[in-house]
Amino acid sequence: MRFTLNGTAVSLDVVGTRRLLDVLREDLHLTGTKEGCGEGECGACSVIVDGEVVDSCLVAVGQVEGCKVITVEGLADGGRLTALQQAFIEHGAAQCGICTPGMLLAAHVLLQQAKRLSAADVREGLAGNLCRCTGYTKIIDAVLACTK
Amino acid sequence: MHEVNYLRPKNLAEAVQLYRITSGCRLLAGGTDLMVMLHARTLRPEPRALLDVWSLPELKGVRRVNETLEIGAAESYTAIIRSPDVQRDLPALVAAAGTIGAAQIQNRGTLGGNLANASPAGDTLPLLLAYDAVVVTDRRSIAIDKFFTGYRKTALQSDELITAVRFPLGRQVEFRKVGTRAAQAISKVVMAVSRRPARIAIGSVAEVPLRARGAESALERNDVEGAIAAVAEDIRPIDDVRSTAAYRRAVTQNVLRQLLESVRT
Amino acid sequence: MVTTSTIGRSVPRREGAAKVTGAARYTDDLVVPGAWYGKTIRSTVPRGRIRSITLDPTFDWSRVVVVTADDIPGDNVVQLIRDDQPVLAPKGGEIRHKEEPILLLAAADRGTLEEAARHVRIDLEHLPPVYALEEATEVFTTLEISKGTVVNDLEDGVVVERTFRVGLQEQLYIEPQGAIAIPEANGAIKVIGSLQCPYYVHRALKRALKLNDQQAVVVQAETGGGFGGKEEYPSIVAVHAALLARKAGRPVRLIYDRHEDLAATTKRHPGVITHRTAVKKDGTLVSQDIEIVLDGGAYCTLTPVVLSRAAIHAAGAYSCPNVRIRARAVATNTPPNGAFRGFGAPQSLFAAELMVEHVAERLGMSSVDLRRQWMLRLGDTTATGQVLTESVGSELVLDAALKAAPHVGTSERRHVRRGRGLSLVFHGSGFTGSGEKKLQGTIGFEALADGTFRILTASTEIGQGTKTIFCQLAADALGVGLDKVVLAPQDTSLVPDSGPTVASRTAMIVGRLVQEAATEVKERLKREQAPLRVEKSYIQPDSIHWDENTYRGDAYPVYAWACTIADVDVDMTTGEVRVTDLVTAVDCGKALHPVMAEGQIEGGCLQAVGWATIEEIKMKDGGYQNDRLATYLIPTALDAPRIRTILVENPYSRGPFGAKGIGELPMDGPAPAIIAAIHDATGVWLDEIPATPEKVLAACASR
Repeated sequence: MRFTLNGTAVSLDVVGTRRLLDVLREDLHLTGTKEGCGEGECGACSVIVDGEVVDSCLVAVGQVEGCKVITVEGLADGGRLTALQQAFIEHGAAQCGICTPGMLLAAHVLLQQAKRLSAADVREGLAGNLCRCTGYTKIIDAVLACTK
Repeated sequence: MHEVNYLRPKNLAEAVQLYRITSGCRLLAGGTDLMVMLHARTLRPEPRALLDVWSLPELKGVRRVNETLEIGAAESYTAIIRSPDVQRDLPALVAAAGTIGAAQIQNRGTLGGNLANASPAGDTLPLLLAYDAVVVTDRRSIAIDKFFTGYRKTALQSDELITAVRFPLGRQVEFRKVGTRAAQAISKVVMAVSRRPARIAIGSVAEVPLRARGAESALERNDVEGAIAAVAEDIRPIDDVRSTAAYRRAVTQNVLRQLLESVRT
Repeated sequence: MVTTSTIGRSVPRREGAAKVTGAARYTDDLVVPGAWYGKTIRSTVPRGRIRSITLDPTFDWSRVVVVTADDIPGDNVVQLIRDDQPVLAPKGGEIRHKEEPILLLAAADRGTLEEAARHVRIDLEHLPPVYALEEATEVFTTLEISKGTVVNDLEDGVVVERTFRVGLQEQLYIEPQGAIAIPEANGAIKVIGSLQCPYYVHRALKRALKLNDQQAVVVQAETGGGFGGKEEYPSIVAVHAALLARKAGRPVRLIYDRHEDLAATTKRHPGVITHRTAVKKDGTLVSQDIEIVLDGGAYCTLTPVVLSRAAIHAAGAYSCPNVRIRARAVATNTPPNGAFRGFGAPQSLFAAELMVEHVAERLGMSSVDLRRQWMLRLGDTTATGQVLTESVGSELVLDAALKAAPHVGTSERRHVRRGRGLSLVFHGSGFTGSGEKKLQGTIGFEALADGTFRILTASTEIGQGTKTIFCQLAADALGVGLDKVVLAPQDTSLVPDSGPTVASRTAMIVGRLVQEAATEVKERLKREQAPLRVEKSYIQPDSIHWDENTYRGDAYPVYAWACTIADVDVDMTTGEVRVTDLVTAVDCGKALHPVMAEGQIEGGCLQAVGWATIEEIKMKDGGYQNDRLATYLIPTALDAPRIRTILVENPYSRGPFGAKGIGELPMDGPAPAIIAAIHDATGVWLDEIPATPEKVLAACASR
């Protein structure tokens, strides 16, 4: 099967019913996407498929045939952090960091889809990404710092 | 290693055919229920193949069909929420879809998937009952009040595929979901109410999404207090990990009162 | 050239870039060639005896490694405080809780592993279990703290009595437990894992696998949250992985999935706390008589220390001449409970704070005024007889929180009532009494030939900022840029035992050692050349006196203080409680890194909000019904209140730049403030958390 991953064409010979999460982590060695629950509850496995954020533990890899997939590794442009990633560091939005990849991707989509975000918009947009360390306060600050 | 085959038909006709002839085959749409169970190996019987209908163009889209609004069985809740037609004609569906999970789940969840799953807690299912929606399959149309036949059981034949859901227009429906938290919550009580015709549909208070017939009769007679009293008898809630029967009963009555106050008489 | 100090500035997190790019490697991210997968087979009964273990002969067991208690070369004991918990339940031995580990399996792939698991048959004789705390007969430990003489009645006053209950809570680190064990040359075994305390795991490995100090190697991988849940539990995961690796002769990955983690690992001790408080009519606090019972679950783990902290904080942040605290921890046939941020203090402070509310209500006084009357101030004596000689932030935080609290309006929605509640708490920083003295936490500090400096410590980064703050302290003491300071990996073969990363001690106690070591190295570099190495160990100041036998004296080097104001909306049709705003003023001594200090406070507060409202664990037949993330619910971004933190700096002379430990303090304030807020909104008093909608609605209905 073929799809685009972080801007690069990928061709894989895998069983289509395997979870996209496992294929990313084990076959493609991209471990930035995390497994927090395997039930679609925590969002730590979030990736972007054709512009929308989804839980990769709920996607069968066959389903991304022909799709554009972005993982956290695909955010920074050749080592240059995005404004959002910078904001996360500056505002203290990452503590233990395990929710950070999924959180960044969900926030990335939010920022792309809306002209101007309010704190309430950000809370709603990130409601599918659980964080246990931060209380969400600084994550919301970081995302708001990047909105127009 | 136990491997499950992945089948991806190019169109609906191929999907229908494959579903008919492949034994041990389960339909895969957004995967929000199925993929969890597949990974945990709790599907019974264990499937031999997954038939992916997520991308079938015939199962996507929102369109007017005569005096109804038809939504493709594999249209995502996000697409439903964003549809100008749905926003205009079925605002309660927009509200209900917005209470499902969070962004990630709404981007993959579908009406078809939730119908086939037939969970008594399905957030949009009481809404479908309140709208008198029609489930369109590859071979017939099934009225929603005939669709749920038992706990997680439907009227679908073993190889029947849901293709769309049709909603009548011009009905005002009010909706409320009560869950443990503001997002990513399985409902404790989820209700959709219409005044004309009198429809009171409730989830998580029985083994199926339920029409509260006794309460509806009272409502038809404009007896609001009677409806609120009767609804306690219509439902059969249980104590479970999420809540108690007593709570569900009390909240059902409180929410019904609240929704009846919001529906235009 | 003088470099500007970064102390008090929120510099970028040391490992921040790795975390935001997905480059940070947590345990399950590590690739270990040739590693097999491990799995734990657990008891399905809460109490019983193993009659037999049968490996179904129809399965090909040659592809699987099986480990039982018979395969343990050392002691079949999880090394903690009491030697009561086996690594694996032995045949004929007693099973004391559901999910108790019996057997371990390893195989080359997960499919084979799952199949093998289905072919293990364990025959268990059932024994009658004890679930309820009230019915428990086995007592792990008791403790009594006494000051003066308590009274049961008062002529010119009132005696108020009330009982409170607090529930189980799961730490819910987003990265589940996991360890990878790698056998190495000379009988050595290296374990890489998600953990807070490398040397705890080191001791456990040595004991169970009969290894010496060099043969057991423990390395902390990037860890996705701990909160105490990875204080002692990782010893079990590590020993299990090591046993499998040893028998398999190859590396083994033992990574829990969320369901197993929820079902089998330690939780916060639930408990029942009763207060009998005597006050004069003018509000003068005369006597506090307190009973605490905590449920330790099936095995002792760290229960005596949890009970200790609960007892020492039980009288609250108040000065009282007569106090009696009788505390006991009992055993039940439920999974063992263990460390979770706060470690007993949130439980007892919950009760203490609500007592202030109840007494105030009885007297017809404002509870804020009553707190001002009762609060511990500089020079006052605590329940253990400790005179507070410095850094008492009680009134500072109370005033700061009150000043900052937003104006409360009424809700626009008819069926929603608004309420506000307040709490005032304190939390001892560092280990109790002689704990730090016994630990003798040690760090190493090196000046390298290339002009950089290296900190060698077993203190771990688990998100709270250890690495960043240690580098700030070192760089400041040396007068160099942050980029000149690095840390050695948290690897027991490289770094000394700095004590565990718990008990709100890392910045205050270990950070101070880093500061001292860097200062010494700076001095020595004036006369000597790099490379240089020094070691610094904690030395208890002579002024700290603690009697372990009478439980009297200086329980903690210093306390940190917090005042929390919670605003809630209560939906009267459903009983749902939404915490909309939280304001908390925290006396932290000195904020070495303000953003990180706020981060600790915000995160801890939300965990407490969850504990008070939606984090509920229902038990069934000795096991947790809430064993999936779909049923154990923590707050999402939509549930979380706006949290405003005010850092109050009231320095402690022995903390680096005056810093006190604050890691756990944020857990103590929100829960009682929320209950008080619910009362303010509805007129109803709940005595129990979580304050679920079911309880709130029922309480409002019966009013």
